[in-house]
Amino acid sequence: MDNIQFFIYLAIMAISTYLIRAIPFALASRKIENTFIKSFLCYIPYAVLAAMTFPAVFYATKNPVSATVGVIIAFILALFKRGLMTVAVAACAGVFITEIVLRYIL
Amino acid sequence: MNTALLKKGISAGLPIGLGYLSVSFTFGIMATSAGLSWWQALLISMLNLTSAGQLAGINIMIHPMQYIEMLIAQLTINIRYSFMSVSLSQKTDDSFKMNDRWILGGFVTDEIFGVAITEDKVNKYFFAGLTILPYIGWASGTLIGALLGNVLPDIVLNSLNIALYAMFIAIVIPEAKKSVAITVVSLIAVGLSCMFYFVPMLSNISSGITICICAIVATGIGAILFPIKEDDPLETVETKE
Repeated sequence: MDNIQFFIYLAIMAISTYLIRAIPFALASRKIENTFIKSFLCYIPYAVLAAMTFPAVFYATKNPVSATVGVIIAFILALFKRGLMTVAVAACAGVFITEIVLRYIL
Repeated sequence: MNTALLKKGISAGLPIGLGYLSVSFTFGIMATSAGLSWWQALLISMLNLTSAGQLAGINIMIHPMQYIEMLIAQLTINIRYSFMSVSLSQKTDDSFKMNDRWILGGFVTDEIFGVAITEDKVNKYFFAGLTILPYIGWASGTLIGALLGNVLPDIVLNSLNIALYAMFIAIVIPEAKKSVAITVVSLIAVGLSCMFYFVPMLSNISSGITICICAIVATGIGAILFPIKEDDPLETVETKE
């Protein structure tokens, strides 16, 4: 990717992300009443994150086995409402240990 | 200028800043391993301040000329901020002038929103203070990750690749546990996403588009099946990043 393309991409990202935050903050004067829009806006973060995570997470590490271990650890800790940092670090550690086991022990 | 409120905001932002430091560290590593240089990764973080949007962004950037797709992906992934901004705008006090809104509105993130919304009234000095450490943490973490990405051994980098995804899981699971609607919406999204990934014809469609389609279809079904009746859903359904 050349620099010109990078800056076009960057501008699209930065401007759209800025406007989507700033316009409602500056101009919103009344609450959203429409139930469908309200529900839609409420659910969309989770749908985005779920679709981004699966199945891509299984291909994020060198080996789907280690990724699966990481996912299971993340699931269990998240079910017990651990903080984002704890979950992220524990999942990384799980992947790391599994990769070591796969590479040097098995 | 209200120094006391500014200081209060800055200290409220400290835990967010520390969290961002470590998460953006992973983003820096991912960006450089996707082929971006350290200054490109840093610029992206300084101008966007959003994890999911940036991750999707670098995945689109590696393909040439997908500008429309980039726009659609960013709008879909970041639409939640509009909702938070609307919600937050109802809690701001008289200290916020129009200019302040246009400047500070750009710093609404999931965590900053989460902290600010717990105040009775949001003052602009408090809000400005609140954004400082998260912003510094996000930018500096990216820089450190982008520079160290070349130094750290392969096996460590590999393990860190799962961090952002683990964080996404940590956001969705506790909410899914509380709400059947969010469970159903997330499962539909995952099902569609797998379909796009594994069905031969569909797997040619690039990731930015598929995430949008999955999210919009799953959310649309969810909004029809489980309409929200409360006045302010954000108070019953917390969003965190």
